[in-house]
Amino acid sequence: MEIVLSIGIGLFAASGVWLMLRPRTFQVALGLSLLSYSVNLFIFAMGRLTVGAPPVLGKGAEVVSVDDPVPQALVLTALVISFALTALFLVVLLAARGVTGNDHVDGREPHEAEPHPGNPHP
Amino acid sequence: MSSNALLATASVLPFAGAVLVGALPSRARNAAAALTGLVTLICLGCILALTSQLSAGGRVVHTVEWLPSLGVNLVLRLDGLAWLFAVLVLAIGTLVVLYARYYMAAADPVPRLFSYFLAFVGAMLGIVLAGNLIQLVLFWELTSIVSFLLIGYWYDNAAARDGARMSLTITAAGGLCLLVGTILIGRIVGSYDLDTVLASGDTIRNSPLYLPTLVLVLAGALTKSAQFPFHIWLPRAMAAPTPISAYLHSATMVKAGIFLMIRLWPVLSGTESWYWIVGGLGMATLLIGSWSAIFQHDLKGLLAYSTISHLGLITLLLGLDSPLAVVAAIFHTVNHATFKASLFMAVGIIDHETGTRDMRRLSGLWRAMPYTGTLAMVAAAAMAGVPLLNGFLSKEMFLSEAVDNIDDHPLHYALPVLATLASAFTMLYSLRFIRQTFFGRPPHDLPHTPHEPVRWMRIPIEMLVLACIAIGLVPNLTIGPALERAVQAVFGAASPSYSLAIWHGFNAPLALSMIALFGGVALYFLFGRRINTNPRGGPWLMDRLDGGWLFERTMTGLTVGARWLERVAGAERLQAQLRILFLTALVASLGVGVIRGFALPVAVHQTGFDPAFALMWIVGAACAVGAAERAKYHRLTATIFVGGAGLVSSLTFLWLSAPDLAVTQILVEIVTTVLLLLGLRWLPKRDADIPAPASERARARRRRLMDLGIAAAVGLGMAGLAYAVMTRPAGDGIARWFVEEAYPKAGGRNVVNVLLVDFRAFDTLGEISVLGVVGLTVFALLRRFRPAPDSLERPKQQHHHDAYDRAREGRKPGDTTADAMLVPQVVMTWLFPFIVLLCLHLFLRGHDLPGGGFAAGIALTIGFTLQYMAHGAQWVEERLRIQPISWIGLGLLISVLTGAASWLFGRPFLTTYFAYWELPLVGKIPAASALLFDLGIMVLVVGASALMLVALAHQSLRRTRSAEAEAERIEERETA
Repeated sequence: MEIVLSIGIGLFAASGVWLMLRPRTFQVALGLSLLSYSVNLFIFAMGRLTVGAPPVLGKGAEVVSVDDPVPQALVLTALVISFALTALFLVVLLAARGVTGNDHVDGREPHEAEPHPGNPHP
Repeated sequence: MSSNALLATASVLPFAGAVLVGALPSRARNAAAALTGLVTLICLGCILALTSQLSAGGRVVHTVEWLPSLGVNLVLRLDGLAWLFAVLVLAIGTLVVLYARYYMAAADPVPRLFSYFLAFVGAMLGIVLAGNLIQLVLFWELTSIVSFLLIGYWYDNAAARDGARMSLTITAAGGLCLLVGTILIGRIVGSYDLDTVLASGDTIRNSPLYLPTLVLVLAGALTKSAQFPFHIWLPRAMAAPTPISAYLHSATMVKAGIFLMIRLWPVLSGTESWYWIVGGLGMATLLIGSWSAIFQHDLKGLLAYSTISHLGLITLLLGLDSPLAVVAAIFHTVNHATFKASLFMAVGIIDHETGTRDMRRLSGLWRAMPYTGTLAMVAAAAMAGVPLLNGFLSKEMFLSEAVDNIDDHPLHYALPVLATLASAFTMLYSLRFIRQTFFGRPPHDLPHTPHEPVRWMRIPIEMLVLACIAIGLVPNLTIGPALERAVQAVFGAASPSYSLAIWHGFNAPLALSMIALFGGVALYFLFGRRINTNPRGGPWLMDRLDGGWLFERTMTGLTVGARWLERVAGAERLQAQLRILFLTALVASLGVGVIRGFALPVAVHQTGFDPAFALMWIVGAACAVGAAERAKYHRLTATIFVGGAGLVSSLTFLWLSAPDLAVTQILVEIVTTVLLLLGLRWLPKRDADIPAPASERARARRRRLMDLGIAAAVGLGMAGLAYAVMTRPAGDGIARWFVEEAYPKAGGRNVVNVLLVDFRAFDTLGEISVLGVVGLTVFALLRRFRPAPDSLERPKQQHHHDAYDRAREGRKPGDTTADAMLVPQVVMTWLFPFIVLLCLHLFLRGHDLPGGGFAAGIALTIGFTLQYMAHGAQWVEERLRIQPISWIGLGLLISVLTGAASWLFGRPFLTTYFAYWELPLVGKIPAASALLFDLGIMVLVVGASALMLVALAHQSLRRTRSAEAEAERIEERETA
């Protein structure tokens, strides 16, 4: 299990990083999503893997050995934040696309003229 | 009022007044001045009312908890020394207000000046009343900032702007040093509380950190009190309105530095380094200041350098390492404040009534303004140290300390000589000021015809001069008790005995004093004319050394250096920046490995291998790689792939005992995908067939290879790290405590949910605030959204459908689209109540079973989303029962109020209460206040995510409308 999950985390991270380094905004948005999956899984994995013992106590609330709830709580927060981040980034990229007329992360195509310092949009 | 209330009033009222006065209309000068004067008088009354409690080293302390965990409390502490400075600040402040009312022109926006003034008074009081060093530094920096505003009050004047900037740069930099020094003191003593620090003098002096602490604290004090070489800001600050100069450079700003040195004298002084740094710099400042003052032609310039020299004198006294010298320093601080404030005011009157401050143009003003002239003369005589005035007494004390300091050290013989020399210089420039301004030939060729000012403008000077004379004649009756209290506050039981008499008999100090007086007069008659026609302009010997030029050079150098650094190390393009970021992360994590070594405990922890799990992850990996590959030209496919990857991670959570995460992830996944899909249509077409420019191809290849390398390295690192950690046994964390206490302490069986809404509820509150802010930001951004022209075209399918509808009788455009959605429409509409039910279910069981407010909120949003998909944006917006923005506010309010409710029971914020209630039919239900908190989360999540969806979906509506208008125009044209 550990080996499978760690390869998966690595692949998610690699795909995410690759996409984040691309020049088109939508690629970066998807890359951000993938990277946050990877990081969330990574944080979750820091609590070690447990099968079939969720941190939910039984009727009598007797304490049993369960999965570590702390990384889970952290990841739950992270999920919400990455959702907010993706939404915000999506809207920013749409607004930028409307303003600049293209979808390059810098707001201009790379072969266009170098901007004058202080004026990023010639 | 109780003494605590009096102290609190005096510290808070100036700031409240500043806000109030600042809100007055810019012409309301009478109201502004009256209000400001009233505030300073009330504060003065508060301080004076506390006088009786300060006798015999007593003090009033009022503590308010601020950061108890760091041992930092808000402490208002009034002792004799603080009393003396507070009274100086407030009494002279009141006089300055009266003076400023008549000094400022009717056209000046005076309320702004008075508002800054009150803020400054508040900051100064904050310094002197601080019973805690951190608090002191805070107000210290506040005085720097407010004095910047005051000096730059006439901001259309370049000199005012430059002066303000220089004073801020120097004093605020000093303030930062002081902060570090204070923290060091806190480290040495273990407390920032002033009483504790004052009791730990030996600990501080014996600490190995003493020297850095001393240098840093002094850097703050000496920059503020304009000591050499930091004195350059003071003459340039003369660009401020004269009432402000009178205030900042007599009783307040510069005296803050003096105050700090007196305050910390018991703990920092008594060492060689203190003696040489404070004494040496004080001596240098005294000489340079008085020497430079001789050569000024501008009256305010003269007073500025004279202020520097007197500050040097006080600093020198503090450096002398004798309690009697400290007494003299405190005494001279008071005296200097009175005579310098009145001199500044007199110069302001001269400037006001004649239109110039140039001593070479002024002459014979005595004829026009004998009254002001008399006042100025008395004040100048006090400054020069003429007997029977207050300046004489403190100078006498200074000279006697200089004589007493002579011991075995040969260098100490220089002290009385230099002190006498500086006193002679003081006499020289005081005489020059009076003689050239008020005597000589009748005034001619001045911008205005000089005459006496209005009665009210003279009153402040009269009071100050009266103080000079009263202190000079009967010191024991006037300043005696206050000085005694201040000395008691500094030295406690070890207070030195001193005598304030005006006559000590014929002794060495008197002789030196007389030498200085007559020497100064003689020097003036010898060199007076040559000073006036000084061809080199600046002070002799010193004119080559321009501190201002050095300062400007340093600032320019810093700017140039920063630009260079930005050019070398900065990247303008996002891709380059991200590359640097990822590479830094890689290098940093590898670096840690190299430094700490890669040795790990042997792998022991393994969970049994499951082929199904591996199979699932093969799909996940394919999705991730597929998304990476497709994202450029096939956005829809890539979005689906990312959704697949999300699904796999959600299943992984489920598999590995994290049902809460799985539920939340899958719900979030749905909403995110919908958002992405809604956004897709506004992006430009990207076609693989469009070739890149040939010049770009090679570069692009190189870049892609490099990125692939970075991505692979990051992936390998993450995988390796994850594997390494997962296969090692977990240490004893805090997990067990949470699991054990979840039920007894919070009444919940779902530990993750209990963590979120109870143990770490404050985190969650922050998190939902972020979500709310993002929702509002999305809304705000999309309100001004202008789609690019090439995405305005409606999709091909819709055109197809509309053309079909137009071609047939009895069909309107849009009918076919609606028909195609008929079955899903019915299903989705009927699903809605069940989704609401699911949402309630998820919400209510959250505390004990997987679910919770967040999941419930997202589920409800999905319900709305389904309606959008089925009926279109317009249909839903007409029927939408929730106002997303209000829901965001409502949710936040519910959560915050739930948290605040625990205050009613005397518990800290967000303490939860829980019980189980027995309800008929339903049975036992949990009733924790955390449930209410969770309700707030749910409402906010619904509000925020629905707001995002509505805002995004609405764009298509807005566009359709404009397209319809276009289509109508076309139709009209065709029928015409």
